[in-house]
Amino acid sequence: MFIKPRLRLAPDNTRINFMRGRIMGLVVSAVLSSASIIMFFYPGLKLGIDFSGGIVMQVRTPGPADFSQIRNALAAEHIPEQGVQRFGEETEVLIRLAAQPNEQATQQAVNRVRAALEATVPGTKVMRTDAVGASVSAELFQNGLLALGISLIMILVYIWFRFEWQFAVGAVVTLVLDITKAIGFLALTRIEFDLVMVAAILTVLGYSTNDKVVVYDRVRENLRKYKTMPLRELIELSINETLNRTLGTSMTVFLASVPLAIFGGASIAGFAQVMLFGIVVGTSSSIFIAAPILLFLGESRLRRDTAAPVVKAAAATDP
Amino acid sequence: MMYFSRLKTYAILGACLLGLLLCVPNLMRAPNGWLPWRTVHLGLDLQGGSYLLLEVDMKAVVKERLDSMVDGVRQALRPSGLFYQTLEAQTDQNRVLLRLRDPGKVTAALGLLKPLVSSDNPTGVPDVQLLAQDDGSITLTLSPVALHSRAAGAVQQSIEIVRRRIDETGVVDPQILQQGEGRIVVQLPGIGDPNRIKQLIGKTAHMTFRLVDETATASASGLAPPGVDFLPMADRGGEKIAVRKRIDVDGADLTDARAGTDSQTGEWVVNFTFNSTGARRFGDISKANINHRFAIVLDDKVISAPVIRSAITGGRGQISGSFTASSANDLSVLLRAGALPAPLTVIEERSIGPELGADSIRAGAISLAAGFILVIAFMGVFYGLFGWFANLALLVNLVLMLAVMSLMEATLSLPGMAGILLTLGMAVDANILINERIREEQKLGRPPLQALEHGFSRAFHTIFDSNATAFLAHVMLFAFGSGPVKGFAVTITLGIATSMFTSWMLTRLLVARWYVAHKPKLLPV
Repeated sequence: MFIKPRLRLAPDNTRINFMRGRIMGLVVSAVLSSASIIMFFYPGLKLGIDFSGGIVMQVRTPGPADFSQIRNALAAEHIPEQGVQRFGEETEVLIRLAAQPNEQATQQAVNRVRAALEATVPGTKVMRTDAVGASVSAELFQNGLLALGISLIMILVYIWFRFEWQFAVGAVVTLVLDITKAIGFLALTRIEFDLVMVAAILTVLGYSTNDKVVVYDRVRENLRKYKTMPLRELIELSINETLNRTLGTSMTVFLASVPLAIFGGASIAGFAQVMLFGIVVGTSSSIFIAAPILLFLGESRLRRDTAAPVVKAAAATDP
Repeated sequence: MMYFSRLKTYAILGACLLGLLLCVPNLMRAPNGWLPWRTVHLGLDLQGGSYLLLEVDMKAVVKERLDSMVDGVRQALRPSGLFYQTLEAQTDQNRVLLRLRDPGKVTAALGLLKPLVSSDNPTGVPDVQLLAQDDGSITLTLSPVALHSRAAGAVQQSIEIVRRRIDETGVVDPQILQQGEGRIVVQLPGIGDPNRIKQLIGKTAHMTFRLVDETATASASGLAPPGVDFLPMADRGGEKIAVRKRIDVDGADLTDARAGTDSQTGEWVVNFTFNSTGARRFGDISKANINHRFAIVLDDKVISAPVIRSAITGGRGQISGSFTASSANDLSVLLRAGALPAPLTVIEERSIGPELGADSIRAGAISLAAGFILVIAFMGVFYGLFGWFANLALLVNLVLMLAVMSLMEATLSLPGMAGILLTLGMAVDANILINERIREEQKLGRPPLQALEHGFSRAFHTIFDSNATAFLAHVMLFAFGSGPVKGFAVTITLGIATSMFTSWMLTRLLVARWYVAHKPKLLPV
């Protein structure tokens, strides 16, 4: 274990014909992303308090929480809650209230919840209170989207600058497909979409780009090395050659995220789940989506300098 | 590529050692005052505390300015005998509208109003635009420059006063910063329930001393006669009292206010002291109005309205009005700190109890340990000796991250801890790329040293490109994120930067030393 590697993720010199599945891969990806977009509108994302505004109170009950009892207690006090749910441990309860028109009303609502809980479940402790006004939440949402959008553009420009435009477009199209799936995942699992989720999606974005760059880098190198190899074969070779890298780098980030999902607590678990999902999607899209797009975009263009002399030579011998 | 000059070797090792030293302050207290002792701060989500985002009510700032302009116009026109039909502040248009009874006298009025315009500011732009409209009315519009400097001044002053008020409460290490144009962030470590602080911040605490108009009665329509306000008494269930609009002495003229008990009644009172201007004016007013009542008004509520028994010339006074110990104390704090230039509203509030913070630290630490072990085990099993080199570099990376964060006195949040963990996973990626490349080069039949050379040099571009894009994404997150999420962006961007050093420089040095010592025929990759 200490000197020689014990295991390999993939055997060396694989010759898996990934490009044969390229249409399939693109179709599956497009279907999943379309479904995600539909789910984005219906049923839609469950917006966290950062983006929806309102009040969230996290309380800890002395014993396992009795949710109907808490709901009844709030109803008896005419406090219009928007959700009483378990938050991780069975003693942790998350209570959501609608946004209040002003600060006094917010304070009153929080105090009433506090009093109602104290009366029905003595020993309940308020662990956390978040109150976000409507103007702030709109702004946070806008900033979150801006961060996502600008990141995408910067990645596009960077890859364009370092590679050819086909690579940049291929990467960004794939990233957009990845992001839409992550949003679909959020809609499906009803994980609350808040600022931390934007962080998760951006991390997936950065990480997924990593993965694409590894494959693209090899394609670029092979383009110089094998001047006459058809692009399809060349891309296939590149994917196979970098398979251990792609899988290995994904594995380490995956392994780092697993403990977060298990031990990180309820507030970070959603983040970790999105990360894990994003890693799986990002890795497979590097192989099945980003590379085929490159093939479609670059079939004639990336080989232009080498293809041209061949045509000329043919033309010269023709007469 | 694999040759390291002695200087370079020492520089790399020195950087690692320096990193280790910079981490030390996090483990112990400063031994003395002169050592630079910088540490990582725990975010509010980890140590418990409150975060308040306050908005300065800019409308109120503008309104106050316009109201004083209305006052100025009234006083400028009074001696001339120019009568007007309308004189009002139009807050939504940032202007004062004046309509003369005799439209022919517009030019005369303009001449009288000229002194109200001042260009006495750094830009030299007049703060008020004086314009005669076609319909014979005159408008005095605040210029954008004046509005801007007014707003900036109001925010600065609010910050100062909020700081003074909070300092009085004994909160340790409060952070009060401006955010954007008209917002103030208040961070209160260790305060799980910010109710009391919010009450202190939420009051404008504008105190005025005015005479009570004992003859005024409300008209049939319930309107107060001109120059008089009907203000509610603070303690008698909202009973209203007629108070003159004219402010005789302003709370700004107070120099001190202390809570105490009245020696005769034993009631809680607030004792105050005026500065010389305030003392003189208060003396004059009280002398002229013996046996009349005056009102002490705080934020449009009358706290008390005692009858003046004798001239009060010493500049000292006492406010009584059914106080409790804590309400008397709060009022004295507010009076000492001064009035806010405009009301503040809390638009975002997040408070976390210390217990939850401790839970989060534990959860973060366990995740971090477990993730570290998993990544290390993976590298050991899949990459052997070279994997262990990477693991050593990973450990150093962790130290360096902590060192730079200490140096920056950065804030560690729960998402920040997640960021550290993810960085660990991403940092070894560089080593995976390097090791795979070396393996490939060796397979192509290159001798060990050449394989190493090629491996490191060719992997570099890939590592750089892939890290650069991740770096860009997180810089964006830092720019647009807020609160704990910013902490996440900080740890990840830092981690990416330090990992470039550890996985590219440090592992290369380790591998080079190992190669020189053993001269293997075949690399164990």
